[in-house]
Amino acid sequence: MKKDFNIIMTGVGGQGLITLVSIIDEAGLIEGYDVRSSELHGLSQRGGSVEIHIKFGQKVNSPLISKGTADLILGLEISESLRSSVFAGSKTKFLINNHSVVYLGGLPVDDVLTSLQKLVGKDNLYLVEASKVCQEKLDKEVLSGVYLLSYAVSKKIIPLSKESVIKAMENLIPEKYLELNKKAFQLIYD
Amino acid sequence: MKKVLLGNEAIVQGALKSGVDFVSGYPGCPSAEIGDEFGRIAEKEGVYAEWSINEKVALEASIGASFSGLKSLVNMKSFGANVCSDSLLPLAYTGIKAPMVIIIADDPSCYSSAQSEQDSRGFAYLSHLPMLEPADPQECYDFTILAFEMSEKFKLPVILRTTTRVNHQRAIVQLEERENRTNRNVGQFVKNPHQFCTMPPRVLEMKKELLEKINKIESFSEKSKANKINGKVNSAKIGIITSGVSYLHTISAQNDLGLNLPILKLGFFHPLPKKKIINFVKNFKKVLIAEEVEGYLQKEIAAICKEENIKVEILGKDLLPEIGELNSEIIRDTLAKLTGKKYKIENLKTIVTPKRYPRLCEGCPYWNIFPIIKRIAPENTVFGGDIGCNMIAGLPPHNMQDYLFSMGASMGISHGVKKSTTQKVISIIGDGTFFHAGISGLINTIYNKSNPLIIVCDNRITAMTGHQQNPGTGKNLMGEDVIEIKIEEVARACGVKNVKTLDPINKEEMENTVKEFLEKDDVSVIICKRICAILARRQKQ
Repeated sequence: MKKDFNIIMTGVGGQGLITLVSIIDEAGLIEGYDVRSSELHGLSQRGGSVEIHIKFGQKVNSPLISKGTADLILGLEISESLRSSVFAGSKTKFLINNHSVVYLGGLPVDDVLTSLQKLVGKDNLYLVEASKVCQEKLDKEVLSGVYLLSYAVSKKIIPLSKESVIKAMENLIPEKYLELNKKAFQLIYD
Repeated sequence: MKKVLLGNEAIVQGALKSGVDFVSGYPGCPSAEIGDEFGRIAEKEGVYAEWSINEKVALEASIGASFSGLKSLVNMKSFGANVCSDSLLPLAYTGIKAPMVIIIADDPSCYSSAQSEQDSRGFAYLSHLPMLEPADPQECYDFTILAFEMSEKFKLPVILRTTTRVNHQRAIVQLEERENRTNRNVGQFVKNPHQFCTMPPRVLEMKKELLEKINKIESFSEKSKANKINGKVNSAKIGIITSGVSYLHTISAQNDLGLNLPILKLGFFHPLPKKKIINFVKNFKKVLIAEEVEGYLQKEIAAICKEENIKVEILGKDLLPEIGELNSEIIRDTLAKLTGKKYKIENLKTIVTPKRYPRLCEGCPYWNIFPIIKRIAPENTVFGGDIGCNMIAGLPPHNMQDYLFSMGASMGISHGVKKSTTQKVISIIGDGTFFHAGISGLINTIYNKSNPLIIVCDNRITAMTGHQQNPGTGKNLMGEDVIEIKIEEVARACGVKNVKTLDPINKEEMENTVKEFLEKDDVSVIICKRICAILARRQKQ
């Protein structure tokens, strides 16, 4: 990998983004990359927009991603994915959970989806039913992030191997929740 | 061993490596995970850890530990420095017995800070104390260890000043082996009023001792690897001096532009390595100071150059913003301007997405409290706000907050408004904030015969900063069962006659009580007691 791989992970407080960034960082370490990420806690987490910057590569410096330089927008919510398009360039891939957390003054769901399709184009937009699948199959919508990550790994949208991610989950997730997380990760391969 | 750690986790590891015995603090964003982590591991690591009721008491607890010979770590967010400063300044005079490190975590851009974009580096000037600034988790680890060493050597507490992008940055940290200990150390207080009591005329002698120590630390700073130079100094016309996370942004900005300007990265904010700075700046025509928020370094360095008669243009806040955090784009654009380098980035067209404000969580008991108060309150009622989840009252759809200041400030301001007007005043505060700084305001309200209606939103936890225990919850940081201090009993003991505790889910009771208490001639307190929805869900699991 010549340059850093830059991910903007986005969603709404409470969607499990902090767990997800830990898994990705740990998997990056396992793969031998230099890893750096930046997240926000506190007020911004309380139902507000959460935007996490993740970088891995040979040598990562600034923990923040510049506008136009994201390789991947990993969106757990559609409006937030649209919001973070400012970090995207023409080659940026958008992997988005087709899930909306409505809010006062927010855009209608159809408008958000139309805007995303127009903005990103067919080739780079992956709209995935992560919340729906996790709710239906595991009765746990909050696993949608792990499902989305497994999608990225299986389709090679993210330069991390399945083995590294599973190992990362084993290293980080408390035993009580580990099996469920692994199940969510495995769904895509079943 | 290599591990991915959050800056805050790296500070914990650095403190453990240094053999910390005693940890006190108050939870705030972005420092809260330091105390949280100690709460989880304290017993296993043979460390004592507490959430104190506020930062002043937290600092004082660690002063007691240090005077008793135990190594201590104090942790707080930016505004905590204001609260503890009353004891911080005399602590600089007395110095310490056993090493002490104080973490002060600022929040440039105010991601999780209501009251101001405070640059706590100013406290180094006010207190004279040495202050270090790490850039990333590795430096959080290394500098915590360095701070303990310096504290031991110079007998002063050392401040580690961090920012959100350092505390909440995850990166790989190389950890050294450390000894495991399971038993807590026991200290001994050896009487020494000569050192521990500040009283005139001795206090002025102490000031002299402090200034002498700082002189010695300046020589130490000159030799320290924490102040380092990147790049070849003799070949460039422009140099850069930077500190904290701005250092990492600067490297990225230079990489974007294909530049390799020499960088002096300062790990010491105070005292500055003057000679090192002089030897660096004298090579250039221009030096850019890339620092966040205030232009402290710029002013200091410009003054040094003037004093030494060095002809160099010191640039900083004339080109970089004084408001908001820096990033590599801002520094890249500034460097491009300075060097004439061109840089083009193509990003997608931006579509404006309406702002998503923080909001109360699903099932939050405050969803019951705010609308009822707003409905019952007569027109022109003044609503006081305070720090914590209850400050969401100021955001849509509630929009019921007429002032918001610092922890506990609603109490004092509401009293002042009530004394100055004939309007009704309803003052809203959370349980954690009530214990932190609300009680003294309540006592003042009673003492001076004021009559606002005080609503304590008691959700049984300090929720906003990540669900920390407080004196009202019956548990402390190390998970011990403790006496549950009841807010209604505190209010009654202070002389409040109109006190009612209710569950806000009972709408009618809530409505009737608000109506009744608004008509009282003396102060009233309603405690709306219902557990935080997130905590309730967690307890069920």
